[in-house]
Amino acid sequence: MRHRLDLRIGPVTFRIGSDWRAPLGELARLYALYPEPDAIADFTVRLEAERIWRRWIRPSVGIRGDYILPDASPLALRHGLLAAEMAMNLQLALGQRSFLLLHAATVERDGKALLMTGESGAGKSTLAALLGERGWRLMGDEFALVDLDTLALHPFPRAISLKNEAISLFADAPPERLGPLLENTPKGRIRHLRPGADAIARMDEPAPLAAILFPRFGRDFERAMRPVGAAEVFVRLTQASTNYIALGERGFETLTGLVAAAPAWGIDYSDTDTAVALVEEVSR
Amino acid sequence: MLLDGLTVLYHRPSGMTHILVTPAPQILAALDDRPADSDELLRRIGERFEIESEDAAEAVAARLAELEAAGLVRRA
Repeated sequence: MRHRLDLRIGPVTFRIGSDWRAPLGELARLYALYPEPDAIADFTVRLEAERIWRRWIRPSVGIRGDYILPDASPLALRHGLLAAEMAMNLQLALGQRSFLLLHAATVERDGKALLMTGESGAGKSTLAALLGERGWRLMGDEFALVDLDTLALHPFPRAISLKNEAISLFADAPPERLGPLLENTPKGRIRHLRPGADAIARMDEPAPLAAILFPRFGRDFERAMRPVGAAEVFVRLTQASTNYIALGERGFETLTGLVAAAPAWGIDYSDTDTAVALVEEVSR
Repeated sequence: MLLDGLTVLYHRPSGMTHILVTPAPQILAALDDRPADSDELLRRIGERFEIESEDAAEAVAARLAELEAAGLVRRA
């Protein structure tokens, strides 16, 4: 690869190689405050030209790495930052064996962590980002890493991927924390937000799980909060895990332990203030 | 592992997770290392639980067939 960048996010180290300088420059700026990796990379991510001449003519970024999904489609070079994000997610989701990986956002306050999971578009990423600006420590907006021995949640505070309407909520963030606005990507409009300095400084501090939340955002939703039974939580978390099956019995033991350890709530909201208020109520 | 009234079970040979409702966990417990046909099973379950239903024999036979189909029970 012509250009290279090593990044450490929580316990995971990535080596990102690219045919172009631009996506790595943007990544380096976004991850400027993160500590220097001190170990060999766990995952290799490659952003490659789809065809060799495509490096110059209508460049298009293919996502490669140790693990490959055959239908991972190429992205336009101007969306290189999204390509890097997707490639990093893919490598982690397919290759992680040291933790039970859940597709979930996590925040922490007073030593207690909340796990928030739901379908894409449920608003977990936005909610975690908001909480991160309102007194909580953002541990991660995309993946929760569950310790197979202690059940503690380990932070993975990558740059938050704000989508569509969520972008305007963070318009007042310091400009150095924001990435470029990416228009017309396959996921809509995207802008990345670097987590607060506290989230990065404490990215090696795990926290025990205190509650599991299933947030749902809808414009016409009534404010609601209801307990969710353990069996339903278990099934939904198996669906939210990218490596539950690969971990075998250890995955089963970890997940049942996690479900038994914490209460779970479904929360519905139609605006961000209600969402934050509901989280505060649950965590009391 | 019991999670609010449901039993979740990890089946080591297949690596599959199963979620069971009553009386499937009781049938598995009654079969623990001691093969039995469905009449014998009903007798064993009757020793530990009060069986009220009149068609219990039919129900146990049906659940046993389902457990066999799921690979959790096999014929000796």
